[in-house]
Amino acid sequence: MQPVTVVTGTAYPWGAKNVDTDVIIPAHWLKTISRTGLGRGAFETVRAQPDNIFDNPRYAGSPVLIAGDNFGCGSSREHAAWALADMGVRAVIAPSFSDIFSGNAFKNGIVPVVLPQDAVDRLVEVAKDQPVTVDLETMTVTTPFQDRFPFELDSFRRQCLMEGLDEIGLTLARDTAISKFEGAMAEHRPWIEERRGYEGVVVEGAGRT
Amino acid sequence: MSSRPQTLYEKIWAAHVVERRDDGTCLIYIDRHLVHEVTSPQAFEGLRVAGRRVRRPELTLAVPDHNLPTTPRVDAAGRLLPIADKESAAQLDALRRNTAEFGVDYIDATAAEQGIVHVVGPELGFTLPGTTLVCGDSHTSAHGALGALAFGIGTSEVEHVLATQTLLLSPSKTMEIRVDGALGFGVSAKDVILAIIGKIGAAGGTGYVVEYTGEVIRNLSVEGRLTIANMSIEGGARAGLVAPDETTFDYIKGRPMAPAGADWDRAVAWWRTLPSDPGAKYDRTVMLDASDIAPSLTWGTSPEDVVPITGAVPDPDSFADPAKRAAGWKSLDYMGLTPGTRMQDVDIGHVFIGSCTNSRIEDLRAAASVADGRRVADGVRAMVVPGSGLVKRQAEAEGLDRIFTNAGFEWREPGCSMCLAMNPDKVPPGERCASTSNRNFVGRQGPGARTHLLSPAMAAAAAVTGRLADVRDLMGAKS
Ligand code: SF4
Repeated sequence: MQPVTVVTGTAYPWGAKNVDTDVIIPAHWLKTISRTGLGRGAFETVRAQPDNIFDNPRYAGSPVLIAGDNFGCGSSREHAAWALADMGVRAVIAPSFSDIFSGNAFKNGIVPVVLPQDAVDRLVEVAKDQPVTVDLETMTVTTPFQDRFPFELDSFRRQCLMEGLDEIGLTLARDTAISKFEGAMAEHRPWIEERRGYEGVVVEGAGRT
Repeated sequence: MSSRPQTLYEKIWAAHVVERRDDGTCLIYIDRHLVHEVTSPQAFEGLRVAGRRVRRPELTLAVPDHNLPTTPRVDAAGRLLPIADKESAAQLDALRRNTAEFGVDYIDATAAEQGIVHVVGPELGFTLPGTTLVCGDSHTSAHGALGALAFGIGTSEVEHVLATQTLLLSPSKTMEIRVDGALGFGVSAKDVILAIIGKIGAAGGTGYVVEYTGEVIRNLSVEGRLTIANMSIEGGARAGLVAPDETTFDYIKGRPMAPAGADWDRAVAWWRTLPSDPGAKYDRTVMLDASDIAPSLTWGTSPEDVVPITGAVPDPDSFADPAKRAAGWKSLDYMGLTPGTRMQDVDIGHVFIGSCTNSRIEDLRAAASVADGRRVADGVRAMVVPGSGLVKRQAEAEGLDRIFTNAGFEWREPGCSMCLAMNPDKVPPGERCASTSNRNFVGRQGPGARTHLLSPAMAAAAAVTGRLADVRDLMGAKS
C-alpha cells in the first residue's frame, strides 16, 4: 500500500447523505476478479444524470470527496473503495461513515475523515472553487482561507496509512499468540475445530425447519 | 470470572481475544469463515502474490450464490451447464480453482447443498452459537440469529482471515432492541424488522452490535430470527444477536456439520452460559410493542422508508429534516409515486420471493398458504427462488412447488437471484417489484427498478392481486 501523509487538491463538493455502496459501484461491476479498473463504473447511476458533479471538468480527478452522513452504507463490497481509489480519490470527508466502508477505505489507502456537519457544510461551499487539504501529520483539514478543522483517527490505522504497512504481515508476526489461543480452544471448545467437513456429510433432513 | 454482569456480545468477544492492544483494539479469533464468489477472488489472489497459505482451511466453507443463474443448471448427467455471462462464469471458475488450490471445502453449483451462503451456513450446522463468524458479505449479520457474533467484512479482511484466522477489531457499543407483546394476525418476522428499521433509521445502529430481546423474539423460530438478524445491517448495525436458547439447540441438533456426541453436550453446556446476565448494561435500549406492528412495506429507496400496508405514501414536505425532505422527493420521483396515494392502490408488475432474508422453508410455506388455490394476476411475473437446494427439496416434498406453479409462479433454482442485479434475474427499468429481499436501493434489482420490501405472505398477496395488498384480507378466506 502506498503511504499517505497529505492529500491535497480539488474536492468533489457533493454532500449527499446515505450514499450506499450500490451507488458507489453498482452490482454489475462486481464481476471482476481484479482490484483495478473499477473507476469507470464508479457512481454510474449519478453520472447518468445531466450536470452531475463527477463529470464536471472542474472536479475531474479530485483526490478528495466530500459527502454527507452514513457514507458507504449497505453492501460490504470492497469494490467501492477500489473504485474510489481507481478514480483517484485518496480521502473522503463526511459526518459519518458505515463501519464496513471505513475499514475498507483504510485498507486501500483512502482516509475516511469524520468532521461535524457544519464543517462539512463549510467545506462543500469552499470546495466549489478552492482546494482542500487533509493532513495526517497535523490531523487537520484546511482550506486556503482560515479554515482549520481537526479530526481524529485510530492511531494504529493512522500509522498503517502513513507508513503504508501491510496489516496481514503485522498479524502473521503474532503467530505465537495465535497458536497459543488455538491450543486453548482445542481444549475448551473442541467442537470448533472438529467440525465435520463437507465431503460426505449426510444431508438428509438438513433443510428441515 | 468478573462479577460485573455481561452481555452476550461481551461474553463472545471475551472468549475470542487473542491479544489486546494498548489502544483497546483486539486481535479476535475467527471460528467460522464463509466465502462466496464475488468478494473472494482478489483475496485469494493476494495470498498467491504474497506466497501465503490459508491458515485453517477446515474453518472455512465456500459456496457460489450471487452469480448463478436460477434456471435449471445441470444437464441429464448432473454436469453444470455453461453460464452465458462470461464474467460470471470466470468468477465462478475462480472460486472453484481457488478453493481447490488452497484446500478449502467447496460446495459446487451442482450439489444439492448449494444455496445462498447465509441460508447454507445455519442449515448445515456450520453456524454455531458463541462462534465468531465472518463472510465477505454484509448480510452475514443473519447468523447472529443463532447467537453467533457474525458480521460482514471487506475483501482485504477476507484475505486477512484466510491468512491468519483473526481480525483486528475495536469493541462495538451495544444496543438492546426489545420487542414485547405478541404479534398480531398476519404479522411476520419481516414486519418486525421493517418496523425496527423504520424506527431507528438506516444509520441508527451504526457503531453498535444489536441484541434482539423480548417476548416476540423468544417466541420466534430460528428462521424468523434469521430474517430479523439478517437485516440488522439495514439499520446500520454490523451484527445482530439473539441469545441461544432451547429453540436454537433444537434447530442445530443433528445438522450435518454440528457437533455430535460428547462434543454436543459440552457445546450446549457452554452455550447455556452465553445469554446476557440479568442487569447487564447496554449502551442504548430501544423498545417496540408488537401490537403496534402491522404488515408493513417500504415506499422509498432506503429500508427506513417503512409504512404499514394500511398507510399511504408520505408527503416529504412533512419531514422536519431538510435533507430527508430532499431525499424523500428524490425517492418518490425514482419510485414513480405521489404523496397521499394509498399503498394498496399501487399496482405491481413483478414479485420476487427469495433472498437470504426470506427464502427458507417457513417463508415458502407462508407464501404458499396465500398462493394456494389462487392465480397470479394478469401481467404479473412472480418467481419463487428457494434459498438452497435443501430448502428446495424440502418444499418439493411438501408439495409447495406445485402450489406455486399451479398458481402461475415460477419455481426456480437456488441463488441470490433478483435480490441484486448480478445474474440474469432482473426487474426491468421503471417496473415495480414486490420483493422479500432486504434492499430497496436505487438500481438494486436492476437499473431503474422500483422495489417494495415486504414479507413472503405479503409478496404472495401482491402476486395474486396485482397490487400491494393487505395479506390479512386474503388469509383464512379464499376468494
Ligand atoms: S440474497 Fe441478496 S442480500 Fe443475500 S447474500 Fe445474496 S445478494 Fe446478498
